[in-house]
Amino acid sequence: MKIVASLRKIAERIARTSSFRITLLAVLSAMVVGAFIIILSDIDKLQNGDIIGAIRTVGSAYWALVVGSFGSLRAISATINSATPLILCGLSVAVAFKAGLFNIGATGQMLAGGMAALWVGFAMDGPGYVQVPLAVLAGALGGAAYGAIPGILKARTGAHEVITTIMLNNMAGFMVLWLLKTNLYQRADRTDPISKLVTAPGHLPRLFGFLDNRPDLIAHAGFVVAILAVIVYWWFLNRSTTGFEFRAFGMNADAAQYAGMHTKRLTVMAMMFAGAFAGLAGSAEVLGTYGYASQNFAGNIGFDAIAIALLGRSSPVGTLFAALLFGALQAGGRQMQANTDVPIDLIVVLRALIVMFIAAPLLIKAIWRVKVAPSSTGQTFRGWGS
Amino acid sequence: MSTVDPVVLPLVSAEQRKQARSVGFTLVVLGIVAAFVLGNRPGDAGFKLVDSYIFVIPAQPFARMLAVVLIALGAAQLLKGFGKWTNVVLSIAAATFVVSFLAWAASGGSFSLTGMLQDTVTRSVPIILGAIAGILCERSGIINIAIEGQLLGSAFAGAVAGSLLGPWVGIIAAIAMGVGLSAILAVFSIRYRVDQVIVGFAINFFALGLTSFLAARVLTDHPDYNILAPFRPIALPLLSDIPVIGVVLFTQTLFVYFAYVAVAVATWSLYHTKWGLRTRAIGEYPKAAGTLGVDVIKLRYRNVLIAGAVAGVGGAWWPIGMVGRFDQNITNGRGFIALAAVIFGRWHPVGALSAALVFGLAEAMQLKMSNLDTGIPSEFLLMAPYLVTLVVVAGFVGRSRGPKAAGQAYDAQ
Repeated sequence: MKIVASLRKIAERIARTSSFRITLLAVLSAMVVGAFIIILSDIDKLQNGDIIGAIRTVGSAYWALVVGSFGSLRAISATINSATPLILCGLSVAVAFKAGLFNIGATGQMLAGGMAALWVGFAMDGPGYVQVPLAVLAGALGGAAYGAIPGILKARTGAHEVITTIMLNNMAGFMVLWLLKTNLYQRADRTDPISKLVTAPGHLPRLFGFLDNRPDLIAHAGFVVAILAVIVYWWFLNRSTTGFEFRAFGMNADAAQYAGMHTKRLTVMAMMFAGAFAGLAGSAEVLGTYGYASQNFAGNIGFDAIAIALLGRSSPVGTLFAALLFGALQAGGRQMQANTDVPIDLIVVLRALIVMFIAAPLLIKAIWRVKVAPSSTGQTFRGWGS
Repeated sequence: MSTVDPVVLPLVSAEQRKQARSVGFTLVVLGIVAAFVLGNRPGDAGFKLVDSYIFVIPAQPFARMLAVVLIALGAAQLLKGFGKWTNVVLSIAAATFVVSFLAWAASGGSFSLTGMLQDTVTRSVPIILGAIAGILCERSGIINIAIEGQLLGSAFAGAVAGSLLGPWVGIIAAIAMGVGLSAILAVFSIRYRVDQVIVGFAINFFALGLTSFLAARVLTDHPDYNILAPFRPIALPLLSDIPVIGVVLFTQTLFVYFAYVAVAVATWSLYHTKWGLRTRAIGEYPKAAGTLGVDVIKLRYRNVLIAGAVAGVGGAWWPIGMVGRFDQNITNGRGFIALAAVIFGRWHPVGALSAALVFGLAEAMQLKMSNLDTGIPSEFLLMAPYLVTLVVVAGFVGRSRGPKAAGQAYDAQ
């Protein structure tokens, strides 16, 4: 009884916290706007005067969104699978934000890390308990090395990380394309840019591998890596000296400098951590989801990650939940596209609306006529100066 | 004589000295590249300038000569420094280096240099206009990360309205879309005081999602909503008769001419009008400007909306100035390149124009490089412009400072 009571207390407290309520209302508002978009874009039905039919589409689309993300073990597995790289890349952007830096380069770092992990993945052939950790480590190191470049450039010359990371993204894309055509990486019997397969022991184990005959449960141990990364990030920020220095540096670079912190070293370290997280995301995709690499295995994840870090306010738990939400939308969106004629691109709109509504609590307050505590988001990164 | 010789104090800071040093090093490195990479291919390169005339450069001797000059310039910069002439020396060095690079790539063959330069100018239009939109916002203290979304949204609006109602209506629709997306940025960042980077990114996602969604749901079933005849190049009388330059600069579509005008007007008004002074003031120190009677909020709204209109024309370039249709994510990161051009050009329209032309050249070269056999994997050539930008930003531009108040919400009190 005592346990139930305390659980209820916790639930009540969560419900009363304004950030939870804002998130809920923001998701709701985004769904309402999304519904209008679905109805208004159904021009064939609207031209025939079939408004009821257009509204019905909204219902089945949103139902598919829910079923496809949480409706079954398979759906949950798909959500976890989509969320894994998003969590890791979200942390990548978040750790840079904490130090006042804007890492647009998660895509490039993910490509670099993924290619490093991939090499260990196909060059070795077991045993798995050596190869998998080694490949994942290679991914982190590859990403960290690529992330270090903008960090060093910023610390030594002051080149702004927004420019350098964008340039490094473009360069990484071409580098991967070239690598995938070299003898080292290209699959033996292929002429198109596609890599060798990761050997069987090199795959990240399936999360639901203990269930027999369920090859459709695609979630893999990359999710465990991601959760561990969240814990490490939390510990680092709140319990370590360097983490404290990161936050101080992010809040006020001049004060950190006067307090005797090595701000140049912090800049390089922040970008290396960011790169390492993104590199882990790359290795999770290559070793867990695909088992090989094609030209564009990073997709849009590096950019989605920026929205995730913004949504989660760069906090460990916030970033985790934001990534899970985005992953659920991704998995549900695939189901929605399969079940109805609503394209999956709708979820990009929903994500944008959620970010916007959560960022503007005043707007939520005005729409829903509720009381919310005014929360200052502060500035995400140091801007263009220094 | 009792007077002491006046001590000449160096008027440069440690940072400037460091930057001068890195300029020197970069010149030397470029020289070494010219000597060992560009100097390794014998053969003549033909640059077709006009129909009947091919300008021939012997690639190897030219590269070696350039290497000597670059290393000498670098040494001079390291030892003595060119002072205020540094930028001139740099521009000349960079331009000759590009010529040598092209000669190396084309050695043993020939290609139309004029055509490539014309293409460069054409393709830099959305980057120029996007960068101007960014400058207008940031000079008034609003960070505009949403350039990409504004370009993409207005490209979509331009394509659909242009297909249904003609290209001029398409441009108006594109401008309206740009202004609309800018209004979201303005209202959220000025009125609701949301972090400007968050709103900007949300707008990018919103525009990407909405245009992709509508393209997939509506345009695939209604191809007639997405086809129009793009503008043809217009040869300006007299000016277009100038050899080479006439083709490159003055035989272009209206979008290019609009971009020239936009750069000129933005530069002139930012530095020579009351509006410009006030705009720069509210971007640097809004409190002071507000105290002196400038309506900071109103001016910020106005400038962000104007920026949206400029970005709208930039977005309309894809359907109406170039390809005649809309495709999912047709802008493909050009808005971020424009953002890089803003920083690269140090928040000055002319600086952004130069940066945009460099990126335009990169795109034009990507098309040409696939036809040339250089013996180096084409991926590395395609990577080169971004690497050059990286080197230039690290070596020459260095610590760039934007408007001081950019990113901060303003309290009227």
